Amino acid sequence: MSTPAIAVENVTVHYGEVLALDSASLSLEHSRICGLVGMNGSGKSTLFKVIMGMVKPDSGRVLINGEPPVKMRKDAGIGYVPQSEDVDWAFPLSVRDVVMMGRYGHLGLTRRPRKADRDAVEHALERVELSEYADRQIGQLSGGQKKRAFVARGIAQGATMMLLDEPFAGVDKRSEATITRLLRELAEDGATILISTHDLHALPQLCDEAVLLMRKVLMHGSPDTVLQPENLAMAFGLDVMNRG
Amino acid sequence: MEFLLEPLSYDFMVRALATTAIAAVVCAVLSCWLVLIGWSLMGDAVSHAVLPGVVLAYIVGAPFALGALVFALIAVTLIGVVRNTSRVKEDAAIGIVFTSLFALGLVLISVTPSQTDLNHIIFGNLLGVSVPDLIQVVVLGVVAFAILILKRRDLTLYAFDPTHAHAIGLSPKRLGALLLGLLALTSVVALQTVGVVLVVAMLIIPGATAYLLTDRFSRMMVIAPVISVVCSVAGIYLSYYLDTASGAMVVLTQGVVFGAVYLFSPRQGLIGTRLAKARRKRAVATV
Repeated sequence: MSTPAIAVENVTVHYGEVLALDSASLSLEHSRICGLVGMNGSGKSTLFKVIMGMVKPDSGRVLINGEPPVKMRKDAGIGYVPQSEDVDWAFPLSVRDVVMMGRYGHLGLTRRPRKADRDAVEHALERVELSEYADRQIGQLSGGQKKRAFVARGIAQGATMMLLDEPFAGVDKRSEATITRLLRELAEDGATILISTHDLHALPQLCDEAVLLMRKVLMHGSPDTVLQPENLAMAFGLDVMNRG
Repeated sequence: MEFLLEPLSYDFMVRALATTAIAAVVCAVLSCWLVLIGWSLMGDAVSHAVLPGVVLAYIVGAPFALGALVFALIAVTLIGVVRNTSRVKEDAAIGIVFTSLFALGLVLISVTPSQTDLNHIIFGNLLGVSVPDLIQVVVLGVVAFAILILKRRDLTLYAFDPTHAHAIGLSPKRLGALLLGLLALTSVVALQTVGVVLVVAMLIIPGATAYLLTDRFSRMMVIAPVISVVCSVAGIYLSYYLDTASGAMVVLTQGVVFGAVYLFSPRQGLIGTRLAKARRKRAVATV
């Protein structure tokens, strides 16, 4: 068996008294897209932070390509697409500036970009179809375009692993389809992709597999299996697919 | 012309202008990050909290910057400790720590016999800048400015998206610490000009003004220092001719310019946005 892209082994995390992850285990192969499903407070964000090495687990460990996360970070291999709420959209940066930040891990001490870096940025912008918006301030994009800008940052970075936090929140159907196609292409190129999402309807088209999280991994399987109403009831405590 | 040249015939005015211009540039560049991160209160805190450090440095004959850095560090650590280990929120923690340290500084001044009036540290003493003072300001100013410019892309990344900074192998903690260290250093540079009490104005107003004028960080970093230098020099000339407190006049000028930009900035200004809104309404009404 090959080394998994992400291996989370019995990870437990506390924030003070609060238990955020309870002996969670997860193994993800290369080139797969995995949807992370769970309520608010189910530990999705914490799991991301543990994988990125921002939070040290109380017990258990995380391996990326068989090595501690710090190795992958030094290689600038982890791309991250934040939730909309976590971004200051009034920040005075253009779309191109933000995508260029993907290159910083590859640049020297003062991060002065070279031609190869500028080319990588233009190529990434093209790929997410934002070339004509490159000079706009990031807040002046639509919800879907904002997400694509951050995906472009990961592409420019050359990330072999992408973590996306709620990429479909506030995104229209057309942008959702574009992002889905884009992520599928990236996975085919070899990237391993982990997505936390509330949008259960998008899951089967997008993901190869899904994980049901409620502080521990309740279930890990094909999206269709995981989305069975009785399984969702375990994680959410109600019949979400037919709600409203 | 006579109007502009007359003050320059006095050496103390030349030194005052040089000191102010340097402080204005360094503070303004730093202010671009402070206003975007939301560290204005932190800037206020650190610039006040360095006072006991500066006084102690004076007493033992060490460089002011060293004392300032030590107490900036103490202030930031104490704020973190109070916030993280009690139910007191961050703004209250900042308020408690910086006022206490500032008060400690005032107490130290009151018991320190000195030839140079240490009270000048509090309100600035622009017209009494000596040649050694000027040299210190130049050295510290150049060091702080050089580091800010060399690390500007990392600092902007830290301000915008520390998680991404972490993900690509940088240390947000270290970048934050660097910015705080530069904040302490810059406070010392500006002490001479406007004094501890008003340093925070120079650390916030230029960045905030520039932020209302542009959507590009790279332009902010040019606009802020230009505005800051023009205001500071204008403030000193005004104080010379109106015979008012020079440090306060510098800050007042910056405040007035911010007010004007707040009202008249083409895209972000109050009047511009109101007009645009009215135009949109009329456009809708005529359709």
